[in-house]
Amino acid sequence: MKQRRAWYWLLLLPFIATLFPPLYARTDPVVAGFPFFYWYQLLWVVLAALVVGCVMVFAKERDDV
Amino acid sequence: MSSGTIIFVLLIATVTVMGFAAARWRPGNLANLDEWALGGRGFGTLVSWFLLGGDLYTAYTFIAVPALVYGAGALGFFAVPYTTIAYPFVFVVMARFWVVAKNRGYVTVADFVRDRFGDRWLEVAVALTGVLAAMPYIALQLVGMQVIFAEIGGAQAVVFEQIALILAFAILAAYTYTSGLRAPAMIAFVKDALLYVTIIAAIVIIPAKLGGWAHIFSTAALSLKAHKPPGSLVIAPHQYFAYAALAFGSAMSLFLYPHSITSLLSAKSKRVIQRNSALLPLYSILLALLALLGYCALAAGINVPAPYNLAIPRLFERFFPDWFVGVAFAAIVIGALVPAAIMAIGSANLFVSNVLREFSPRRPAAETQQAKWLCLAICAAALAFVLLVPVPYAINFQLLGGGWMLQVFPSTALALYTRWFHPKALLAGWACGMIAATWMAIAVNYKTLFPLPLPGGGTLIGFIAFYAVVVNFAVSIALTPIFNGLRFARGVDCTAAADYA
Repeated sequence: MKQRRAWYWLLLLPFIATLFPPLYARTDPVVAGFPFFYWYQLLWVVLAALVVGCVMVFAKERDDV
Repeated sequence: MSSGTIIFVLLIATVTVMGFAAARWRPGNLANLDEWALGGRGFGTLVSWFLLGGDLYTAYTFIAVPALVYGAGALGFFAVPYTTIAYPFVFVVMARFWVVAKNRGYVTVADFVRDRFGDRWLEVAVALTGVLAAMPYIALQLVGMQVIFAEIGGAQAVVFEQIALILAFAILAAYTYTSGLRAPAMIAFVKDALLYVTIIAAIVIIPAKLGGWAHIFSTAALSLKAHKPPGSLVIAPHQYFAYAALAFGSAMSLFLYPHSITSLLSAKSKRVIQRNSALLPLYSILLALLALLGYCALAAGINVPAPYNLAIPRLFERFFPDWFVGVAFAAIVIGALVPAAIMAIGSANLFVSNVLREFSPRRPAAETQQAKWLCLAICAAALAFVLLVPVPYAINFQLLGGGWMLQVFPSTALALYTRWFHPKALLAGWACGMIAATWMAIAVNYKTLFPLPLPGGGTLIGFIAFYAVVVNFAVSIALTPIFNGLRFARGVDCTAAADYA
């Protein structure tokens, strides 16, 4: 049970990745015309959804808490 | 009448009919507050996805975010991390709230506060904050509609715009009155379908015509430099803190709003909310693309006066065929109607369940009727607000409400986990937070960012709501041991551990 709960720590990743602008406030590398600042944050919208999805699937038995 | 106007009118007429017909959807006794205000708490994943999406991504999405990016550049993109981190929070915290609300039959967040702390004044404070914060938010939806009506009205804009606005809101109030939450839930399908079609079309057509994204970004960067104050494509180091605080503060307050709570509680199960925490980010991608249309408007040389609300409508008019402009404009107006209805319902619930009930003998039978009348009154008040009060930036309008909304965080979201705080300390903290937020907003002439003077000289620019909630926490933490020491009465906690499971 303890181990399932550990999955919840993953939910901190989107916060760390998006709340420290020095990590991504830059232009390079440019991808498909998009400066890094933009595609990085767009990518994190998707990654955050995946993280939430993973936690939902793997921590299912912890549903009751 | 152009083909665009005809399509626009047809689409608006369709959702009006749907709004009234929604009363017959999923039959239930609409005289019951649970049925009228929460759709009987029976919405599954799909309906909830459309409803929450239609509720959270409002006309604000269509108009204000691209307008901010158009005006200020990268700083306006904070809406993207904001709507990224809101969902892990919903997954854990708001899912827990859904469970306790279901087990104890709460209709509002202030119901929970009453049960948890047994303090009438804290309950009333939380309820009034919700109503107060929702009002400018409803008004913001009206601003979104106003922009579109003004574009359609052309030369007779002023008269047309006001008549159309009054008419639209009268219809909205009427079907919300009869159908309750079922009306926006049903209309949300149309709204979101139109929204996706419009944005996808815009993203496919417009950048290609403008010579690709690389060209758009470089042209936009040049125009941003000429703005006063100058904007930039990437936020500057002195904006880092403000950017993160805007994203974090907005994300934490998003689900405290009465309309978010109303939509959340209408879900059938905790699982529905958790699934939607993983599925709703699809709307955030759409929001990000929309924000970038602000740069497309710059690159296309579209020149509109501050507060730039016309940037996106003008962009659509430039690049879309006339009939499709009708579709896009209808999407924006319906995009305002859906959340406005839910906000009116949510605020009415708060006022009836947590303010009126506290000061008058409890009459559950009359409660739904009171909520319905209040819903009408709130629509009327929001309309008067928009017609009488001029506001420069639509987004700041909503963020001022955000400054207040976050002040209930310690007594609501945090209280799901701890009862350490003394209710009167929370009340004092709330009052200080509200005053601080309002004072800072006035000091900077109704903006969202406040330059906090640092002890060593210089300033730290940050989000007003965030600074205010720090004040709030500091007061609540400092006063709790004092009030406990003085043996000030702590109310009884009516919730048990099992209620959260």
